Amino acid sequence: MVSHAIEVRNLYKIFGPRGGDYVDAVKNGLGKAELNQKYGHVLGLRDINISMPAGGIMVVMGLSGSGKSTLIRHINRLIDPTAGEVLYDGVDVCKMSENDLREFRRHKTAMVFQKFALLPHRTVLENTVYGLEIQGVAQAEREKRARQWIARVGLAGFENHYPNQLSGGMQQRVGLARALTNDADILLMDEAYSALDPLIRVDMQTVLLDLQKELKKTVVFITHDLDEALRLGDKIAILRDGMVVQQGTGQEIVLNPADEYITAFVKEVNRGRVVNVETIMAPLSGNPEGMPIAKGTVLEMAARAMTAANQTLAHVVDEAGRPIGALSLSAIISSMVTPTSHEAQAA
Amino acid sequence: MAGLCELLPGFLCKFPAFSDASIRGARKVIDDGFKSLVRSYVNIIDAMVQPLQWFLNYLERLFVSSPWPIILIAMLAIVYFGSRNIKITVGTALSMFAIGLLGLWNDTMVTLAMVTVCTLIAVIVGIPIGILMARSDRVQSFVNPVLDVMQTMPSFVYLIPVVMIFGIGKVPGLIAVVIYAVPPMIRLTNLGIRLVDKEVLEAADAFGSSGWQKLRNVQMPLALPTIMAGINQTIMMSLAMVVVASMVGVGGLGKNVLQAINNQFFTVGFLNGFALVAIAIIFDRTSQAYGKRLQKHSEVIHG
Repeated sequence: MVSHAIEVRNLYKIFGPRGGDYVDAVKNGLGKAELNQKYGHVLGLRDINISMPAGGIMVVMGLSGSGKSTLIRHINRLIDPTAGEVLYDGVDVCKMSENDLREFRRHKTAMVFQKFALLPHRTVLENTVYGLEIQGVAQAEREKRARQWIARVGLAGFENHYPNQLSGGMQQRVGLARALTNDADILLMDEAYSALDPLIRVDMQTVLLDLQKELKKTVVFITHDLDEALRLGDKIAILRDGMVVQQGTGQEIVLNPADEYITAFVKEVNRGRVVNVETIMAPLSGNPEGMPIAKGTVLEMAARAMTAANQTLAHVVDEAGRPIGALSLSAIISSMVTPTSHEAQAA
Repeated sequence: MAGLCELLPGFLCKFPAFSDASIRGARKVIDDGFKSLVRSYVNIIDAMVQPLQWFLNYLERLFVSSPWPIILIAMLAIVYFGSRNIKITVGTALSMFAIGLLGLWNDTMVTLAMVTVCTLIAVIVGIPIGILMARSDRVQSFVNPVLDVMQTMPSFVYLIPVVMIFGIGKVPGLIAVVIYAVPPMIRLTNLGIRLVDKEVLEAADAFGSSGWQKLRNVQMPLALPTIMAGINQTIMMSLAMVVVASMVGVGGLGKNVLQAINNQFFTVGFLNGFALVAIAIIFDRTSQAYGKRLQKHSEVIHG
């Protein structure tokens, strides 16, 4: 199974009975507030262009009302776009016939929901087999595969419980097992962890990261939590009022916030866990000094290693072990505590 | 104010109705038209309702001519396995014994057969209509006023066309009862399906369910408590209506009540009335307990 990238191109969504009539006006600069006041239509998404990496985790972040849940529903077309295309493996999801779309949803996508959306009258096992059941997989086979995933998400022994008998975190594990049992290339997670306690949330993030290491699915993860986004995302897109404000890796966003809005967002972030050593290293002058630190290590880990080894100097090495830059403990600490602002970048 | 009429033109005082002659003419045309229509299709209509007649007769004979212990045991078994409640089962046994001792056993069996058939037909007709209504707002806006008419029209009034079409007997009674009892079935099926959690439906969609799969796996099971309430209402309304239907020839307890009304037999009226109440309570408690048992999975809530 090879997962493909998802390309979202020029996607517009205008909610309302005659949304299509206003696309051109919106393209020419009609604002969200004006559209709502004058014409009674709500601008959901505006000119979204994102390419979601194949086999990676794409995080779409934004506050409520930013259009992030609307965007994820375009990927399996639970919502029809007003204009634009969503390409997967060269096919535009938005132009599929009803039958093709159903097959696409059955075999290519699986979804995890914020409020779990489990079937209350079915046990954990019966919920988990749902995707395979509607595909028409034989009962013995689907139960075998479901049990395997139930065990993988840590719910072995709960197969015959009903969702109401489980805690929120356990219910979402069922949601995840149900999605994984489908064995689809695309995993859509709509604020999947937002309803969980902080500790359980971190726990579930670890479950996802561990699974992703071997599964390499194309994951689209929606969240309003920047820490979650930075921890999970190979790539992050930040949405505001239905528009992409910035997209890039977590480090790019933290170091180069595109505007005031994102600056405010990233101010509280623990930069030591986001920024890599090669980002702040100084060019090598003369021989490499101190201990070697691998490229791609985050500052916090580097500082910990250096403190443990009682060293104030280090050098960064690439995959082949060649030194590529110099590092000092004071430089690391000053990068960890200095907030980046939009103005500082501009200056 | 009465004096005011002398000063005003006549049509402001007395409502200007059509003349008696023209109303009479129109009435005659409609009545005669309807009668001749019925007369020309009488054979087809009879053939269509014949299966109902057979089914009803068969069930009635089965209930009346089987030895009473068998019926009683079967009844208690259904009540027990439906409700899993020993109190309801004992209550059923006691009330059936009381009915038997008062000499109302056969009449009760006739009524029971009637109510069973009526409920079955109401469910078979009602659930599909309810589903259609839930799937389409247009169907709903068309069916709702029809149901309003069916529920508010005095039942005696629609006995008239029913009798004109089907004559006097059990089948017209059955049809009248079904017309009266089916609206809650339709309404509550519709309501139950419309109340199904949107999130769960969205999940079913996201996994690629077809319309039928969604109906079977999600909508019907989640609407079941409401549908069960509809079945319960339908049974209660059938029981109420069998008394009225006795006016067009349905036998059983209703006929006794009708005779008691005509002859002012106070005791007979009340005994038969109480027998109906007893059956109603048995049906109601059993179907409610059964409905609750189906929802067992939602009872345990994790803290």
